[in-house]
Amino acid sequence: MTTFRAMLTRELQLALRGGGDMLTLVLFFVIVGAIVPFAVGPDRVLLARIAPGVVWIAAFLAMLLGLDRLFRPDHDDGSLILLRQADLSLGGVVAAKLIAHWLVSALPLIVASPLLAVLLAMDLDAFWRTLLSLLLGTPALAAFGAVGAAVTVSIRRGGLIAPILIAPLSIPVLIFGAGAITGTQSGAALLFLAALSLMAVALAPFAAALAISSAED
Amino acid sequence: MTPRHAYPPLTLRATGLVCGRGGIALTAELAFSVTPGQCLLLRGPNGSGKTTLLLTLAGIVAPLDGSFALDGSDPESGPQLHYCGHRNAIKPRLSVTENLAFWATLNGATGITPEAALDEVGLGALADLDAGYLSAGQSRRLALARLLVSHRPLWLLDEPTAALDLEGHDLVTRLLDRHLDMGGFAIAATHDPITLPDPARMETLVLGARA
Repeated sequence: MTTFRAMLTRELQLALRGGGDMLTLVLFFVIVGAIVPFAVGPDRVLLARIAPGVVWIAAFLAMLLGLDRLFRPDHDDGSLILLRQADLSLGGVVAAKLIAHWLVSALPLIVASPLLAVLLAMDLDAFWRTLLSLLLGTPALAAFGAVGAAVTVSIRRGGLIAPILIAPLSIPVLIFGAGAITGTQSGAALLFLAALSLMAVALAPFAAALAISSAED
Repeated sequence: MTPRHAYPPLTLRATGLVCGRGGIALTAELAFSVTPGQCLLLRGPNGSGKTTLLLTLAGIVAPLDGSFALDGSDPESGPQLHYCGHRNAIKPRLSVTENLAFWATLNGATGITPEAALDEVGLGALADLDAGYLSAGQSRRLALARLLVSHRPLWLLDEPTAALDLEGHDLVTRLLDRHLDMGGFAIAATHDPITLPDPARMETLVLGARA
Protein backbone atom coordinates (compact mmCIF):
# COMPACT_ATOMS: atom_id res chain seq x y z
CA MET A 1 0.00 0.00 0.00
CA THR A 2 2.88 2.37 0.68
CA THR A 3 4.16 1.70 -2.81
CA PHE A 4 0.75 2.47 -4.27
CA ARG A 5 0.54 5.70 -2.31
CA ALA A 6 4.06 6.69 -3.36
CA MET A 7 3.13 6.13 -7.00
CA LEU A 8 -0.06 8.18 -6.64
CA THR A 9 1.74 11.01 -4.85
CA ARG A 10 4.43 11.12 -7.51
CA GLU A 11 1.88 11.30 -10.33
CA LEU A 12 0.00 14.12 -8.63
CA GLN A 13 3.22 16.01 -7.86
CA LEU A 14 4.34 15.72 -11.48
CA ALA A 15 0.96 16.87 -12.78
CA LEU A 16 0.64 19.79 -10.39
CA ARG A 17 4.18 20.98 -11.04
CA GLY A 18 3.57 20.64 -14.75
CA GLY A 19 2.47 24.23 -14.70
CA GLY A 20 -0.29 24.99 -17.14
CA ASP A 21 -1.23 21.49 -18.27
CA MET A 22 -4.30 21.26 -16.07
CA LEU A 23 -5.43 24.78 -16.86
CA THR A 24 -5.01 24.10 -20.58
CA LEU A 25 -7.39 21.17 -20.41
CA VAL A 26 -10.00 23.19 -18.55
CA LEU A 27 -9.70 26.07 -21.01
CA PHE A 28 -10.00 23.65 -23.91
CA PHE A 29 -13.13 22.17 -22.34
CA VAL A 30 -14.72 25.59 -21.88
CA ILE A 31 -13.71 26.84 -25.30
CA VAL A 32 -15.15 23.82 -27.13
CA GLY A 33 -18.41 24.47 -25.33
CA ALA A 34 -18.22 28.19 -25.93
CA ILE A 35 -17.79 28.04 -29.70
CA VAL A 36 -20.93 25.99 -30.18
CA PRO A 37 -23.32 28.95 -29.71
CA PHE A 38 -21.32 30.79 -32.36
CA ALA A 39 -21.60 27.87 -34.73
CA VAL A 40 -25.30 27.07 -34.29
CA GLY A 41 -26.56 30.54 -33.55
CA PRO A 42 -27.87 32.11 -30.35
CA ASP A 43 -31.14 30.20 -30.23
CA ARG A 44 -31.65 29.53 -26.50
CA VAL A 45 -34.11 26.70 -26.98
CA LEU A 46 -31.91 24.88 -29.44
CA LEU A 47 -28.83 25.44 -27.27
CA ALA A 48 -30.50 24.11 -24.18
CA ARG A 49 -31.57 21.06 -26.15
CA ILE A 50 -28.12 20.18 -27.49
CA ALA A 51 -26.26 21.29 -24.35
CA PRO A 52 -25.92 17.78 -22.81
CA GLY A 53 -24.28 16.44 -25.96
CA VAL A 54 -22.00 19.44 -26.22
CA VAL A 55 -20.85 19.10 -22.61
CA TRP A 56 -20.06 15.44 -23.10
CA ILE A 57 -18.22 15.99 -26.39
CA ALA A 58 -16.19 18.77 -24.80
CA ALA A 59 -15.31 16.54 -21.85
CA PHE A 60 -14.43 13.64 -24.13
CA LEU A 61 -12.15 15.77 -26.29
CA ALA A 62 -10.48 17.43 -23.32
CA MET A 63 -9.75 14.06 -21.75
CA LEU A 64 -8.27 12.80 -25.01
CA LEU A 65 -5.95 15.78 -24.98
CA GLY A 66 -4.48 14.75 -21.64
CA LEU A 67 -3.98 11.10 -22.57
CA ASP A 68 -0.53 11.39 -23.99
CA ARG A 69 0.74 12.49 -20.61
CA LEU A 70 -0.23 9.21 -19.01
CA PHE A 71 2.59 6.90 -20.10
CA ARG A 72 4.64 8.70 -22.74
CA PRO A 73 6.88 10.78 -20.46
CA ASP A 74 7.69 7.66 -18.42
CA HIS A 75 8.35 5.73 -21.59
CA ASP A 76 10.60 8.41 -23.04
CA ASP A 77 12.80 8.90 -19.99
CA GLY A 78 13.17 5.20 -19.24
CA SER A 79 11.02 5.18 -16.10
CA LEU A 80 8.58 2.70 -17.61
CA ILE A 81 11.29 0.01 -17.81
CA LEU A 82 12.09 0.57 -14.16
CA LEU A 83 8.43 0.58 -13.18
CA ARG A 84 8.23 -2.91 -14.63
CA GLN A 85 10.88 -4.00 -12.12
CA ALA A 86 9.23 -2.33 -9.14
CA ASP A 87 7.86 -4.06 -6.08
CA LEU A 88 4.44 -2.69 -7.00
CA SER A 89 2.90 -4.77 -9.76
CA LEU A 90 2.45 -3.10 -13.12
CA GLY A 91 -1.31 -3.32 -12.69
CA GLY A 92 -0.94 -1.38 -9.45
CA VAL A 93 1.22 1.20 -11.19
CA VAL A 94 -1.42 1.68 -13.89
CA ALA A 95 -4.21 1.87 -11.30
CA ALA A 96 -2.37 4.62 -9.44
CA LYS A 97 -1.75 6.46 -12.70
CA LEU A 98 -5.41 6.08 -13.65
CA ILE A 99 -6.63 7.59 -10.38
CA ALA A 100 -4.17 10.46 -10.69
CA HIS A 101 -5.18 10.96 -14.31
CA TRP A 102 -8.84 11.23 -13.35
CA LEU A 103 -8.03 13.65 -10.53
CA VAL A 104 -6.02 16.01 -12.72
CA SER A 105 -7.90 15.78 -16.01
CA ALA A 106 -11.54 14.97 -15.20
CA LEU A 107 -12.13 16.58 -11.84
CA PRO A 108 -11.10 20.07 -13.04
CA LEU A 109 -13.55 19.71 -15.95
CA ILE A 110 -16.35 18.88 -13.55
CA VAL A 111 -15.44 21.89 -11.44
CA ALA A 112 -15.50 24.08 -14.55
CA SER A 113 -18.78 22.71 -15.87
CA PRO A 114 -20.98 25.44 -14.28
CA LEU A 115 -19.31 27.88 -16.65
CA LEU A 116 -20.33 25.75 -19.60
CA ALA A 117 -23.84 25.37 -18.25
CA VAL A 118 -24.23 29.13 -18.23
CA LEU A 119 -22.82 29.51 -21.74
CA LEU A 120 -25.22 26.87 -23.05
CA ALA A 121 -28.30 28.24 -21.26
CA MET A 122 -28.93 25.13 -19.18
CA ASP A 123 -31.54 25.26 -16.46
CA LEU A 124 -30.58 24.38 -12.91
CA ASP A 125 -32.13 20.92 -12.97
CA ALA A 126 -30.26 19.93 -16.12
CA PHE A 127 -27.07 21.32 -14.63
CA TRP A 128 -27.24 19.10 -11.54
CA ARG A 129 -27.83 16.09 -13.74
CA THR A 130 -24.88 17.13 -15.92
CA LEU A 131 -22.67 17.29 -12.87
CA LEU A 132 -23.78 13.87 -11.70
CA SER A 133 -23.41 12.26 -15.12
CA LEU A 134 -19.91 13.69 -15.55
CA LEU A 135 -18.95 12.45 -12.10
CA LEU A 136 -20.17 8.95 -12.87
CA GLY A 137 -19.07 8.73 -16.50
CA THR A 138 -15.60 10.30 -16.65
CA PRO A 139 -13.92 7.41 -14.78
CA ALA A 140 -14.91 5.15 -17.68
CA LEU A 141 -13.48 7.63 -20.19
CA ALA A 142 -10.25 7.81 -18.20
CA ALA A 143 -10.03 4.01 -17.99
CA PHE A 144 -10.61 3.46 -21.72
CA GLY A 145 -8.11 6.22 -22.37
CA ALA A 146 -5.51 4.49 -20.20
CA VAL A 147 -5.87 1.30 -22.22
CA GLY A 148 -5.53 3.22 -25.48
CA ALA A 149 -2.48 5.09 -24.23
CA ALA A 150 -0.88 1.86 -23.01
CA VAL A 151 -1.41 0.09 -26.32
CA THR A 152 0.16 2.94 -28.28
CA VAL A 153 2.90 3.95 -25.86
CA SER A 154 5.73 2.28 -27.74
CA ILE A 155 4.57 3.66 -31.08
CA ARG A 156 6.14 6.93 -32.07
CA ARG A 157 3.38 9.47 -32.62
CA GLY A 158 1.10 7.00 -30.84
CA GLY A 159 -0.56 9.97 -29.20
CA LEU A 160 -2.55 10.48 -32.37
CA ILE A 161 -3.62 6.87 -32.70
CA ALA A 162 -4.92 6.39 -29.17
CA PRO A 163 -7.99 8.62 -29.62
CA ILE A 164 -9.03 6.70 -32.73
CA LEU A 165 -8.70 3.42 -30.84
CA ILE A 166 -10.73 4.47 -27.86
CA ALA A 167 -13.44 6.54 -29.55
CA PRO A 168 -15.59 3.46 -30.35
CA LEU A 169 -15.20 2.23 -26.77
CA SER A 170 -16.35 5.56 -25.45
CA ILE A 171 -19.57 5.68 -27.46
CA PRO A 172 -21.68 3.97 -24.76
CA VAL A 173 -20.36 6.44 -22.21
CA LEU A 174 -21.42 9.34 -24.41
CA ILE A 175 -24.84 7.81 -25.11
CA PHE A 176 -25.67 7.22 -21.47
CA GLY A 177 -23.89 10.36 -20.34
CA ALA A 178 -25.94 12.63 -22.56
CA GLY A 179 -29.00 10.45 -21.97
CA ALA A 180 -28.71 10.91 -18.23
CA ILE A 181 -29.10 14.65 -18.71
CA THR A 182 -31.91 14.76 -21.25
CA GLY A 183 -33.59 11.41 -21.18
CA THR A 184 -36.91 10.69 -19.59
CA GLN A 185 -35.29 7.77 -17.80
CA SER A 186 -32.24 9.57 -16.58
CA GLY A 187 -32.09 7.43 -13.44
CA ALA A 188 -31.56 4.28 -15.46
CA ALA A 189 -28.98 6.02 -17.65
CA LEU A 190 -27.06 7.09 -14.57
CA LEU A 191 -27.01 3.53 -13.30
CA PHE A 192 -25.72 2.29 -16.65
CA LEU A 193 -23.07 4.99 -16.55
CA ALA A 194 -21.98 3.95 -13.07
CA ALA A 195 -21.85 0.31 -14.14
CA LEU A 196 -19.74 1.18 -17.18
CA SER A 197 -17.33 3.14 -15.02
CA LEU A 198 -17.01 0.42 -12.41
CA MET A 199 -16.35 -2.22 -15.02
CA ALA A 200 -13.89 -0.10 -17.00
CA VAL A 201 -11.96 1.01 -13.92
CA ALA A 202 -11.75 -2.54 -12.60
CA LEU A 203 -10.50 -4.05 -15.86
CA ALA A 204 -8.43 -1.25 -17.39
CA PRO A 205 -5.37 -1.54 -15.11
CA PHE A 206 -4.91 -5.20 -16.02
CA ALA A 207 -5.50 -4.60 -19.71
CA ALA A 208 -3.15 -1.62 -19.80
CA ALA A 209 -0.48 -3.47 -17.80
CA LEU A 210 -0.68 -6.37 -20.23
CA ALA A 211 -0.35 -3.99 -23.17
CA ILE A 212 2.69 -2.32 -21.66
CA SER A 213 4.46 -5.51 -20.71
CA SER A 214 3.88 -7.15 -24.07
CA ALA A 215 5.12 -4.13 -26.01
CA GLU A 216 8.79 -4.41 -26.77
CA ASP A 217 10.48 -1.26 -25.69
CA MET B 1 29.74 1.54 7.04
CA THR B 2 26.88 -0.08 5.20
CA PRO B 3 25.44 -3.11 6.92
CA ARG B 4 26.23 -6.44 5.34
CA HIS B 5 23.26 -7.84 3.54
CA ALA B 6 23.48 -11.47 2.58
CA TYR B 7 21.60 -12.22 -0.59
CA PRO B 8 20.22 -15.68 -1.20
CA PRO B 9 22.71 -17.64 -3.27
CA LEU B 10 21.44 -17.06 -6.79
CA THR B 11 22.94 -18.06 -10.08
CA LEU B 12 22.01 -16.55 -13.38
CA ARG B 13 22.29 -19.22 -16.01
CA ALA B 14 21.68 -18.71 -19.71
CA THR B 15 21.67 -21.54 -22.21
CA GLY B 16 21.53 -21.15 -25.94
CA LEU B 17 20.29 -17.61 -25.49
CA VAL B 18 19.83 -15.66 -28.70
CA CYS B 19 18.91 -12.01 -28.36
CA GLY B 20 17.69 -9.73 -31.06
CA ARG B 21 15.42 -6.86 -31.90
CA GLY B 22 12.65 -6.83 -34.44
CA GLY B 23 13.15 -10.51 -35.26
CA ILE B 24 16.79 -10.02 -36.26
CA ALA B 25 19.26 -11.97 -34.16
CA LEU B 26 22.07 -9.80 -32.82
CA THR B 27 23.98 -12.34 -30.77
CA ALA B 28 25.13 -15.86 -31.39
CA GLU B 29 23.89 -18.54 -29.04
CA LEU B 30 25.12 -17.44 -25.64
CA ALA B 31 25.76 -19.70 -22.72
CA PHE B 32 27.05 -18.22 -19.49
CA SER B 33 26.45 -18.31 -15.80
CA VAL B 34 27.08 -15.65 -13.21
CA THR B 35 27.38 -16.53 -9.55
CA PRO B 36 27.32 -14.33 -6.44
CA GLY B 37 30.37 -12.15 -6.12
CA GLN B 38 30.96 -12.16 -9.86
CA CYS B 39 30.73 -9.44 -12.43
CA LEU B 40 30.27 -10.25 -16.09
CA LEU B 41 31.50 -7.53 -18.41
CA LEU B 42 29.89 -7.37 -21.83
CA ARG B 43 32.12 -6.02 -24.53
CA GLY B 44 31.74 -5.62 -28.21
CA PRO B 45 31.37 -3.02 -30.93
CA ASN B 46 28.29 -0.82 -31.29
CA GLY B 47 25.28 -2.78 -32.36
CA SER B 48 26.60 -6.10 -31.14
CA GLY B 49 23.62 -6.61 -28.85
CA LYS B 50 24.95 -5.57 -25.43
CA THR B 51 21.93 -3.47 -24.55
CA THR B 52 19.57 -6.01 -26.09
CA LEU B 53 21.07 -8.76 -23.95
CA LEU B 54 20.61 -6.64 -20.83
CA LEU B 55 17.02 -5.80 -21.79
CA THR B 56 16.37 -9.48 -22.43
CA LEU B 57 17.70 -10.42 -19.01
CA ALA B 58 15.55 -7.67 -17.50
CA GLY B 59 12.51 -9.22 -19.12
CA ILE B 60 11.76 -6.26 -21.37
CA VAL B 61 12.62 -7.95 -24.66
CA ALA B 62 11.71 -11.56 -25.34
CA PRO B 63 14.63 -13.81 -26.29
CA LEU B 64 14.54 -15.15 -29.84
CA ASP B 65 15.72 -18.55 -28.72
CA GLY B 66 17.07 -20.32 -25.68
CA SER B 67 16.36 -19.38 -22.11
CA PHE B 68 17.80 -17.97 -18.95
CA ALA B 69 16.87 -18.41 -15.32
CA LEU B 70 17.79 -17.21 -11.88
CA ASP B 71 18.52 -20.48 -10.10
CA GLY B 72 17.72 -20.48 -6.43
CA SER B 73 15.36 -17.54 -6.44
CA ASP B 74 12.15 -17.65 -4.48
CA PRO B 75 9.28 -16.94 -6.91
CA GLU B 76 7.43 -15.14 -4.11
CA SER B 77 10.14 -12.60 -3.48
CA GLY B 78 9.40 -10.11 -6.23
CA PRO B 79 11.87 -8.56 -8.66
CA GLN B 80 15.49 -9.48 -8.02
CA LEU B 81 17.24 -7.04 -10.29
CA HIS B 82 18.12 -3.44 -10.86
CA TYR B 83 18.31 -2.25 -14.42
CA CYS B 84 20.31 0.88 -15.07
CA GLY B 85 19.96 1.84 -18.69
CA HIS B 86 20.98 4.63 -21.04
CA ARG B 87 18.10 6.76 -19.92
CA ASN B 88 18.25 7.85 -16.34
CA ALA B 89 14.52 7.88 -15.56
CA ILE B 90 14.80 11.18 -13.72
CA LYS B 91 11.89 13.58 -13.46
CA PRO B 92 13.18 17.12 -13.98
CA ARG B 93 10.39 18.69 -11.94
CA LEU B 94 11.05 16.71 -8.79
CA SER B 95 13.97 17.49 -6.54
CA VAL B 96 16.95 15.16 -6.38
CA THR B 97 15.80 13.72 -3.06
CA GLU B 98 12.20 13.31 -4.22
CA ASN B 99 13.35 11.40 -7.29
CA LEU B 100 15.41 9.02 -5.21
CA ALA B 101 12.95 8.67 -2.32
CA PHE B 102 10.20 7.70 -4.75
CA TRP B 103 12.20 4.80 -6.11
CA ALA B 104 13.28 3.82 -2.61
CA THR B 105 9.63 3.45 -1.63
CA LEU B 106 8.57 1.78 -4.85
CA ASN B 107 11.40 -0.76 -4.91
CA GLY B 108 11.42 -1.35 -1.18
CA ALA B 109 13.65 0.76 1.07
CA THR B 110 15.91 -2.14 1.94
CA GLY B 111 19.21 -0.39 1.30
CA ILE B 112 20.81 2.72 2.70
CA THR B 113 18.75 5.89 3.15
CA PRO B 114 18.36 8.26 0.18
CA GLU B 115 20.43 10.89 2.01
CA ALA B 116 23.30 8.47 2.55
CA ALA B 117 23.04 7.28 -1.05
CA LEU B 118 23.26 10.86 -2.33
CA ASP B 119 26.35 11.48 -0.19
CA GLU B 120 27.81 8.28 -1.53
CA VAL B 121 27.48 9.35 -5.16
CA GLY B 122 28.57 12.90 -4.42
CA LEU B 123 25.23 14.67 -4.77
CA GLY B 124 24.69 15.32 -1.06
CA ALA B 125 24.93 19.07 -1.46
CA LEU B 126 22.34 19.16 -4.26
CA ALA B 127 19.61 17.21 -2.49
CA ASP B 128 16.98 19.95 -2.75
CA LEU B 129 17.77 21.05 -6.29
CA ASP B 130 15.29 20.32 -9.06
CA ALA B 131 16.69 17.32 -10.88
CA GLY B 132 16.21 19.12 -14.20
CA TYR B 133 19.24 21.27 -13.41
CA LEU B 134 21.61 18.32 -13.07
CA SER B 135 24.32 17.84 -15.64
CA ALA B 136 24.54 14.60 -17.61
CA GLY B 137 27.15 13.22 -15.26
CA GLN B 138 25.22 14.22 -12.18
CA SER B 139 22.05 12.63 -13.58
CA ARG B 140 24.04 9.46 -14.06
CA ARG B 141 25.15 9.59 -10.44
CA LEU B 142 21.54 10.00 -9.33
CA ALA B 143 20.59 6.95 -11.41
CA LEU B 144 23.38 4.99 -9.73
CA ALA B 145 22.17 6.10 -6.30
CA ARG B 146 18.95 4.23 -7.07
CA LEU B 147 20.90 0.97 -6.94
CA LEU B 148 21.90 1.70 -3.36
CA VAL B 149 18.57 2.53 -1.76
CA SER B 150 17.03 -0.87 -2.50
CA HIS B 151 19.05 -4.06 -2.17
CA ARG B 152 18.64 -6.38 -5.10
CA PRO B 153 21.12 -9.12 -5.91
CA LEU B 154 21.44 -8.65 -9.67
CA TRP B 155 22.56 -5.40 -11.24
CA LEU B 156 22.20 -4.96 -14.99
CA LEU B 157 24.27 -1.93 -15.92
CA ASP B 158 24.26 -0.44 -19.37
CA GLU B 159 27.27 1.84 -19.85
CA PRO B 160 27.35 2.77 -16.16
CA THR B 161 30.28 5.09 -16.68
CA ALA B 162 28.77 7.06 -19.56
CA ALA B 163 29.10 10.81 -18.97
CA LEU B 164 31.00 10.25 -15.73
CA ASP B 165 34.34 11.86 -14.91
CA LEU B 166 37.42 9.98 -13.69
CA GLU B 167 36.25 10.13 -10.10
CA GLY B 168 32.92 8.78 -11.32
CA HIS B 169 34.68 5.78 -12.85
CA ASP B 170 36.19 5.08 -9.45
CA LEU B 171 32.75 5.47 -7.93
CA VAL B 172 31.26 2.83 -10.23
CA THR B 173 34.14 0.49 -9.46
CA ARG B 174 33.72 1.08 -5.72
CA LEU B 175 29.95 0.50 -5.81
CA LEU B 176 30.33 -2.63 -7.90
CA ASP B 177 33.03 -4.00 -5.64
CA ARG B 178 30.94 -3.44 -2.54
CA HIS B 179 27.89 -4.98 -4.21
CA LEU B 180 29.93 -8.10 -5.03
CA ASP B 181 31.24 -8.14 -1.45
CA MET B 182 27.69 -8.41 -0.21
CA GLY B 183 27.06 -11.46 -2.33
CA GLY B 184 25.42 -9.65 -5.22
CA PHE B 185 26.32 -10.08 -8.84
CA ALA B 186 26.30 -7.85 -11.85
CA ILE B 187 26.34 -7.75 -15.62
CA ALA B 188 27.73 -4.59 -17.10
CA ALA B 189 27.97 -3.51 -20.71
CA THR B 190 30.77 -1.06 -21.11
CA HIS B 191 33.36 0.38 -23.42
CA ASP B 192 35.40 1.87 -20.60
CA PRO B 193 37.76 -0.40 -18.75
CA ILE B 194 36.34 -1.29 -15.36
CA THR B 195 39.02 -2.81 -13.17
CA LEU B 196 37.92 -4.29 -9.91
CA PRO B 197 40.57 -4.67 -7.19
CA ASP B 198 40.22 -8.42 -7.44
CA PRO B 199 40.47 -9.42 -11.12
CA ALA B 200 39.29 -12.94 -10.32
CA ARG B 201 35.80 -11.56 -9.87
CA MET B 202 35.54 -10.30 -13.40
CA GLU B 203 34.69 -12.28 -16.45
CA THR B 204 34.36 -10.89 -19.92
CA LEU B 205 31.90 -11.89 -22.58
CA VAL B 206 32.72 -10.52 -26.00
CA LEU B 207 29.70 -10.05 -28.22
CA GLY B 208 29.72 -9.71 -31.96
CA ALA B 209 33.21 -11.15 -32.28
CA ARG B 210 33.72 -12.10 -35.87
CA ALA B 211 35.28 -15.48 -36.11
